[in-house]
Amino acid sequence: MTEEYDVLIIGGGATGAGTARDCARRGLRTALVEKGDFAEGATGRNHGLLHSGARYAVTDQESAGECIRENMILRRMASHCIDELDGLFVTLEEDDLQYQQLFIEACRSAGIRADAMDPEEALRLEPSLNPGIKGAVRVPDGYIDPFRLTTANVMDARNHGAVFHTYTEVVGLIRESDRIRGAVVRDRRSGEKREIRARVTVNAAGIWGQGIAALAGISLTMFPAKGTLLVFGHRVNNMVINRCRKPSNADILVPGDSISIIGTTSDRVPYDSLDKVAPTASEVDLLIREGSRLVPSLAETRILRAYCGVRPLVADDSDPTGRSISRGIVCFDHGQRDGLDGLVTITGGKLMTYRLMAQKATDVVCSKLGIEAPCTTAEVPLPGSGSKEGLKAGRMSHRAAMARLGTLAGRIPEEGEMLCECEHISEGEVDYAIRELGAGTLSELRRRSRIGMGTCQGEYCALRAALRLKAAGKSDDFVKKDIMDFLDERWKGVRPVAWGEALREAQFSSWLYEGVYGLGRDGSEKEDAQ
Amino acid sequence: MRQDTGFEHCMKCSICTVYCPMMEVNSAFPGPKQAGPDGERYRLKDPLFFDRALKYCLNCKRCEVACPSGVKIGDIIQTATATYGKSVPGLRDRMLANTDFVGCAASAFAPVVNAVVASKPAKALMDCTLGIDHRRSFPTYSSERFDVWFRKHAESVQTQYRDSVAYFHGCYVNYNFPQLGKDLVRILNAAGYGVRLLEKEKCCGVPLISNGLHKAAARNAKINLASIRLAGTTVLTTSSSCTLAIRDSYPEVLGIDNSDIRETVILATRFLFENVESGRIRLSFRDDYHARIAYHTPCHLQKLGWNIYSVRMLEMIPGVELVRLDQQCCGIAGTFGFKKENYEHSQKIGEKLFSLIRDAAPDFVATDCETCKWQIEMSTGVKVLNPISVIAEALDFEKTTILNNH
Repeated sequence: MTEEYDVLIIGGGATGAGTARDCARRGLRTALVEKGDFAEGATGRNHGLLHSGARYAVTDQESAGECIRENMILRRMASHCIDELDGLFVTLEEDDLQYQQLFIEACRSAGIRADAMDPEEALRLEPSLNPGIKGAVRVPDGYIDPFRLTTANVMDARNHGAVFHTYTEVVGLIRESDRIRGAVVRDRRSGEKREIRARVTVNAAGIWGQGIAALAGISLTMFPAKGTLLVFGHRVNNMVINRCRKPSNADILVPGDSISIIGTTSDRVPYDSLDKVAPTASEVDLLIREGSRLVPSLAETRILRAYCGVRPLVADDSDPTGRSISRGIVCFDHGQRDGLDGLVTITGGKLMTYRLMAQKATDVVCSKLGIEAPCTTAEVPLPGSGSKEGLKAGRMSHRAAMARLGTLAGRIPEEGEMLCECEHISEGEVDYAIRELGAGTLSELRRRSRIGMGTCQGEYCALRAALRLKAAGKSDDFVKKDIMDFLDERWKGVRPVAWGEALREAQFSSWLYEGVYGLGRDGSEKEDAQ
Repeated sequence: MRQDTGFEHCMKCSICTVYCPMMEVNSAFPGPKQAGPDGERYRLKDPLFFDRALKYCLNCKRCEVACPSGVKIGDIIQTATATYGKSVPGLRDRMLANTDFVGCAASAFAPVVNAVVASKPAKALMDCTLGIDHRRSFPTYSSERFDVWFRKHAESVQTQYRDSVAYFHGCYVNYNFPQLGKDLVRILNAAGYGVRLLEKEKCCGVPLISNGLHKAAARNAKINLASIRLAGTTVLTTSSSCTLAIRDSYPEVLGIDNSDIRETVILATRFLFENVESGRIRLSFRDDYHARIAYHTPCHLQKLGWNIYSVRMLEMIPGVELVRLDQQCCGIAGTFGFKKENYEHSQKIGEKLFSLIRDAAPDFVATDCETCKWQIEMSTGVKVLNPISVIAEALDFEKTTILNNH
C-alpha cells in the first residue's frame, strides 16, 4: 500500500510538528513520520527556556535577534505554553562586572530590552538569589513548555488535514534518478514496512538527520553535544536566572511549570552512541555545585531526576575542514547543495526558533512545488492559546488544567476524581489526552498531561492512568507491561540522584508496585514459574 | 524570608488523609496531603492556585501526628491561609479570635452577657448577623477574672513555699472558668510550690492563627515570650492548645524563636507526674472519692504526645475507674465549630466521640482542652472536667500539705 502526499516530514519534534503545521496551513497534503513519540528527542530534553536572546547577544547577534523576534511572536500565538516570567542575568562575586556593560549594549543592539538593576532590587524581585551578587540585568526571558507546544502544533496541523505516524521509522528513501520521492518506513510496533511517497521530503530529524541524509547518500555532519539537566522538586525561583558571563556550564535556572531546572553541561558524544547517553555522577555534581552558586538553596533542595539531551549541532558548510559548527538555523535545499532534488534538511536552530525554522523549510518546499501561499504561523494562535482568565475559580485540578491546556480546558469535565495528585491532574484530563491527543501509553500520557512528572514520579498516577488506558480498550497484559516500562523509565532519571527523599520515594514506589500490587519483575517471574 | 521547604519530605504515602477528621465528613476539603504539600508546590508556582477550601482545615494536627516523614502539614496549611488567602477576616472571626479583648469586656458585665448570649433572641441575632450558629452554647463568662482573684486572694502567700513555678492561665481560665486556676494553685501550694503569674500574659494566639490573624498572634507571642523569659522558671499550663501554641506554633507558624524557653513550658499534669515519680512531690488522696471517668485526648495534646501524663495522674487516684476513649477529634476545633457554616461538619466529626462517651456511661469526662469540654458538654450532656480539677476534687489537701511542707 502506498500513500501519496505533497510533503513528507521526518521527525516529530517541535521543528517537524511546526513544519507540518505550516505546510498544512498553506494547503499542502502533509504527512509526518516520527520514529518514537512526539517531542521525545531534543525538543523535550532541554530547559524549556523562552530565550530573550540575551544569552547569545554578545557572541551571536544574529541568533539573538532571531530569538527576541520569535519570543515576541510565541507570547502571542502560544500563550498557553508560556510563562512570562522575565529573567535576570546576575554577576556573582567571582564574575567580572565589566562584562555587564558589554552584555547590555549587545542586548540593546539586538533589540532586546535589558535593564540593569542594583543587587538589592534584584534580590527583592527574586529572593532565592545568592545574596552576594554584584549586579543584575533584567531581560524578557520566560518558560515555554516544549510538550504542549509540540502537541498544539500537531493538533493544528491535524485540523488542517495533516497525517501523523508515530513509532514509524524511516529505513530508506525512495530515489528516482536525481530526486527523492518519499521514504520507506517501518512500523516499529508491527515491524511492517511500507512506502510513503511525497513530492518533497523534509528532514527534520534533529540529531538523527545525519542518518537520514546518509540514506540519501548525502554527507551531513552533525556534532552531537550532550547536555545534562537536573529537575528540582518545586519552584525555587520565579524568574529565569542566568549568569552574566560568557555562556558556560550550569548557568541557567529555569522555573518550568511546577519545578525548577538547572542546566546544562556540554560534552561531545560519538554519533553512534546517541541512544545510550545518560547523565553521569560528575555532571550531577557539577550542576549542583555551580547551580548553588547562583541560588544557594539548590544545595538542599530535593532533586527529582536528571536527564540529558543531545544538541543537533551541524558542521559549517563554509569550512572545508568540516570542524567548525554552524551557528543558527541551517536549511539545505539538497537540490542546490547536492544535486539531489526533493529533499530539504532543516536543522541547527533551537526550540526558540522552531517556528522560524518551520517557516524557512516550508518556504523552500512551497517554492519547489510552485505554491505561493503566505506563512500564517506568526499571526494565528495555536489551539489552546488565549486568555488565562478564570484561573481563580473552581477545583484545583480544573485550574491546573486551565494553566496547562489554555482554552482547550473547556473540553474536560470540571468535576471528577483526581488522578495525579502531585500535578493536580483529573481523570477527565487524562481521558482527554487519550481520546483527543492520541496518547496510548503512560509515557505518551506523560508528555501530553504531566502525569509522572511530579514529586512522586509515577507512584500513584501510573496505576490510575493505566486503568484509564484499560478503560479505553488496552488489554490487561499491555497495561501491566506499560506500567513497568513507565516506572523503569522514571527510575532511569531518578537513579543518578538517588539519595535522600528521591531514594525513599523510589523505594516506597517499588514496595507499592512489587509488594502490594505484585507487579514487579520478580512477581511476574514467580507467576511464570507456577 | 527563605521559603520553608519541609513539604518536600512528603512521600505521598497518604496516611495523613486517613487521620483527617474533616475529609470524612466534607468532600469539599481536599485533605491534608492535597491542601498541604501538594498544594504548596502549586502555590509556589502561582499564588492563584490558593484553594479557598483550605478554610475547612481544623488545624487539629492529627495529620502531623500520623505523618511518618515529619511534615508539618497543619502548619503548612495555616501558613498558606495567612500568606495567600488575602481575604480579611470579618467581624465574627475577629470576635471569636480575640478571646482576650472579648473576654475582658464580657467579664465586666458577666451576668448580663451570660444571660443575653444564652437567650434565644440573642442566639438568633448572632446567627443571622454574625454567622455564629444558633445551636451552639456559648461558654459563660465569670464575673471575677482569675488574675484579679489571684492578686486579691492568693498572691501574698505564695512566697512561703519551698519552691515556685509560674502559671500561664490562658483566656479560658481567666474569663470563663477561674475555678480551674484556683484548683491548680491549691494543688501546687499543698505540694509545696508557690505560684506566680506572668508579668504580662496575652492570649496564646491559637484562635488568632486559626482565623488568619497571624500578625496579631505574633504580637501576643512576643509579649508572652518576654514574660516567660522574665519569669525564669518552669511555666505551667492547664490548656493543651495554649501549650502547643507556645511550644510549637511560635517557631513553626509564626517564625518566632523560642528555643531558650520552650522546654520550660509544660502542662501541669506532666509537671505533677514527673515530680511524683521523682519523689519530689507526694500526694495523698481522699478515701471516699469514687468516680467513673472517661478520658478524652484533645488533638493538640495528642500532637504534644502528653496525654499519658494526664492519664497517669488520673489513674493515681485510688477511687477512679478510668475509661480511656479512642482518640477522636471532638469536631469543635477551637473557634471553628462556632461558625454557622461549620456547625454541621463539626457535629458530624464529633459523633464518633459522642457515641464512645455515651457507651462508656461515665460520671463525667476528663480532658485537657476547654473547647473539647464545651463541645462534649453541649453534644452529650455529660459534664467535663480538666484533670487538674479532678485531682483537686480527690486530693486530701490536709495530708498532702503535711507531706510536702515541713
